[in-house]
Amino acid sequence: MKRLVSGCMAAALVWSLPLTVHAATLDIGIYGEPASLDAARVTGAVYDNDVLGDLFEGLVTLAPDGDYQPGVATDWSVSDDGLTWTFNLREDARWSDGEPVTAEDFVLAFQRALDPSIASIYANLLYPLDNAAAINRGEAELDTLGVHAANDHRLEVTLEQPTPYLPTLMAHIIAAPVPAHLVREHGNDWTQLSNIASNGAFMPSRWVSHDHIEAVKNPQFHDADSVTLDGVNYHLVEDLNTGLSRFRSGNLDVMRDFDASRYQWLKDNLSDAVHLHNQLSTYYYALNNREGHPTSDVRVREALNLALRRDIIVEKVLQGAANATSSLVPDGTAHYEMQTMPGVEGDIDARMDRAKTLLKEAGYGPEHPLDLRLRFNSRDDHRRIAVAAAAMWKPLGINIEMVNAEANVHYAEIARGDFDIARASWVADFDDASNFLGILASGNTKNYSGYKSAEFDDLLAQATAEADPDERRELLEQAERQALGDYAMAPIYADAARNLVNPDMSGWEDNAINRHLSRWISINP
Amino acid sequence: MLSYIAKRLAMAIPTLLIVITASFFLMRVAPGGPFDGERQLPPEIEANLMAAYHLDEPLPMQYLRYMGNLLQGDFGPSFKYKDFSVTDLIAQGFPVSLELGGLAILLALLLGIPMGVMAALKRNTTVDYLLMGTALGGIAVPNFVIAPLMALFFGVILGWLPVGGWNGGALPNLVLPVVALAIQQIAYIARMMRASMIEVLGSHFIRTARAKGLNERQVIWRHALRPAMLPVLSYLGPAIAGIITGSVVIEQIFGLPGIGRYFVQGALNRDYTLVMGTVVFYGILIVLMNLIVDLLYSLFDPQIRYDD
Repeated sequence: MKRLVSGCMAAALVWSLPLTVHAATLDIGIYGEPASLDAARVTGAVYDNDVLGDLFEGLVTLAPDGDYQPGVATDWSVSDDGLTWTFNLREDARWSDGEPVTAEDFVLAFQRALDPSIASIYANLLYPLDNAAAINRGEAELDTLGVHAANDHRLEVTLEQPTPYLPTLMAHIIAAPVPAHLVREHGNDWTQLSNIASNGAFMPSRWVSHDHIEAVKNPQFHDADSVTLDGVNYHLVEDLNTGLSRFRSGNLDVMRDFDASRYQWLKDNLSDAVHLHNQLSTYYYALNNREGHPTSDVRVREALNLALRRDIIVEKVLQGAANATSSLVPDGTAHYEMQTMPGVEGDIDARMDRAKTLLKEAGYGPEHPLDLRLRFNSRDDHRRIAVAAAAMWKPLGINIEMVNAEANVHYAEIARGDFDIARASWVADFDDASNFLGILASGNTKNYSGYKSAEFDDLLAQATAEADPDERRELLEQAERQALGDYAMAPIYADAARNLVNPDMSGWEDNAINRHLSRWISINP
Repeated sequence: MLSYIAKRLAMAIPTLLIVITASFFLMRVAPGGPFDGERQLPPEIEANLMAAYHLDEPLPMQYLRYMGNLLQGDFGPSFKYKDFSVTDLIAQGFPVSLELGGLAILLALLLGIPMGVMAALKRNTTVDYLLMGTALGGIAVPNFVIAPLMALFFGVILGWLPVGGWNGGALPNLVLPVVALAIQQIAYIARMMRASMIEVLGSHFIRTARAKGLNERQVIWRHALRPAMLPVLSYLGPAIAGIITGSVVIEQIFGLPGIGRYFVQGALNRDYTLVMGTVVFYGILIVLMNLIVDLLYSLFDPQIRYDD
C-alpha cells in the first residue's frame, strides 16, 4: 500500500511538471464555444469573434485599440453615389496551406453567408449588398449578389443603399474570406481540422469540444514576423467563478468576463489585472407599445422611465461595474453624439411627482392600481435589477408581477409580445448608430417593444439613403431623439466589458467593441 | 446464461423505444425553440434554419425521420455545435465522463466499504459516530459547495493542483473533480454498507459460523462481507450510469468536457438532436449497467443462478 501511495505521488509529480513550463502561448478563457469555425455558421458572440477573429482576416481588420485598419485589403474607394466600393487586395495574403487569398475567396464567402441552405444567422449584416436580402429569401440566384472579382486582387461590391460604414462591416467575421479551393473540394466539411486552412495570424490545430481549441502561429500570415506568440489556446470556461480561480492560479492569461458582483473584490485584490471599460452595449427594459397593454400609453411609459433610478441600480446592484444611461445608442459610438431621454435626469422628487401626475392622467390611482408583468431571463443580476426596479415603481402604486424563464423561453415569449416590461440588451455588431436604432424599426424582429412610429421609420429610411456622413449622423440623432421622446423603451445602463488580463502581457488595449486580436499580444518573459 | 442475457436485451428494446418516443415529443412540447435567443432572427433567416434542420416538417414526419436515422446509427447533426455530429460529441465526451465517473466510483468503493464495515463492527462507539457523522456531512453538503472550496484551497491558495480544465486527462487535473464527485458516493456506500453489515452479522449463518469456532476475521471476510455487499451492488448499477452521465455540476465547475454537460447545455439550447442522442445513450447505458449488476449477483449470492 505504501509503495502504491508513493508511486501515485511520484506519478502526480511527473504529470504536474509540464504545468510549470510557460511557453509563449496565450491561454484565453472564453465563456462559450463557437458553433463552428465557419463564419457563415456562427452566432457572432464575443467568443466567436475571439476565435474566428484570430484565425481569419477580412478585408478590414482591427488595431489593438479597436480602430479599423486595412486587413487583406490595402485600400478602398467608393463611387460618388456611395453605391460601388472597390477594394484592392494585398498580393502577399496567403492561406495557411500556401494558396493565395484572392477576391474570389471573398465572393464565395459572401455568397455562402447569404445562401439559404447555409442558413447563416448573421446573413442580414450583408443585406446592404445588392440583391442580398432577395437571395437569402431564396428569391434570387447566388450569382446575382452585388459582389464580384474584377481580378484576383480587386473586389467590387455594389450596394442597394449607400452604407458609409461598410468598411466597419467588412471587419465583422461574417465578412471573412473562405478558402474557395477547399470549399469546392470539401463542401461544408472544409472546417474539419484535416481540411481547413486559415488566413489570419493563427491556424487551428486541435479542438476538444467543451474543453479547448488550440491554434498555432500561421507562418503564411502576411505579418507573421511581428506575431510573437507561438499559439493561442481558447479554454471553454462557462462558470465565471471557475474562470476567476483559473486566472488566479495562472492557468489563464485572459478571462473574457467576470461576475460584476465581484468587481469591488477584484479592484481590491487584483487591481492590475481587472479591466473594466465601456463597450457598445445597452441593457434596457422593452416597454410593450402594442395595443392592449397599459404600457401602450406614452404617459405610463414616461412615468416608468422617470421613476427608474438608474444611478442607484448601477451603484448598488452592479457595484459600479457599468454606466447608467438613458440613451439607446451608447456613448462612444463612432460619428455620433449621445442623446438622452428627456426629463429622466433631474431631481428625483420632481420626477416622482410628475410620474404620479402622468399615471393619474392615464387613469391609474389607488382605486385603479397599475399591474404590470415584468419578464426577465433567469440570471441573478437580472433578478436583482428587476427587484430594484419594482421597488422604485412601488411608490407610484405600480404592482409588478415578475416572471422569469430560461433564455430561450424568455426571448420566444417576448418576441410574441407577451409582457408589459421585458429585459433585453443589445451589443453592437459593428460600430455604427444604425445598428442600435435598427432594433426600434417597425417590423424588425428584434423590436421587442413593438415601437411603431412613422416619423422614426422615416428618419431611419432617410439616413439609410443618405451618402453624406454628417447629414446621415444628424438624421440618426434625430431618429433617436424621436424614440427617446416617445419613451419607446427604458434604457438602464451601458454595459461594460469585463476582462481579467495578465499584467505581464503587452499589446492588450481596452476598446469599445471589446475585440482583441491575439496577433498584437505578447507575453513578457 | 446466454439466453438470459438475450432475453434481457430483447426486453430492453421496447423500454428504449418508449424512452426515445417520450423524450422526442416532450422536448418539442417545451416552450422556446433552438433558434430563440437574445437576437431574434429575421423571419427569412429563421425559415432557412428551420428548413435546414427539417424542423418545418410536421412533427410525426420529423419523428419518423429521426427514428429512421437512429436505426442506421445516425444521431444527426447538433444544432448548436455545427462542426460536430452528435455521434462525434458523444464519442468525445463519454471517455471523459467514464474516466471521471469510474475513478470516483472506485474511490467510493475503496473508502466507503471499509468505512461501513468498520462502523458496523464498532457499532454505537465513538468510531461509529465519527464515521457516520462524517458520512452524513458528505451527503448533506452538496458537491457544488465542496468543489469550489476545494478548488480555492488546493488550486488557488496552495497552488498544488490545477483548478480546472481536462488537459487530456492528466492526473493532477483529475484529482479534485474525482474526489469532489466521490465524496457523496463514499458517504452513501458507507451508510448502506453499515446497515447491511449489521443485518448480516445478526443472521443465523453468522451465528453458526461463530459457533463453529471461526475467528472473527474469518467470519467477517469469508462469510459476512459478500452477502452484506448485495445492497451496495444493486445501488451501483444505476449509480454508475448516473455518475458517468450525470456529473454535470462537477464537469461545469471544473470545466471538463464530459457528456453530462452536453445533456444540460443541449436541453438549455433546445439542441433537440444532442439531447435525444444523450438520452438514448444514457438509456442504453442504464439497461446495460442493470444487466451487469444482475449478472454479478450470482457471484455474490449463491442462491441466484441464471440457468438456461
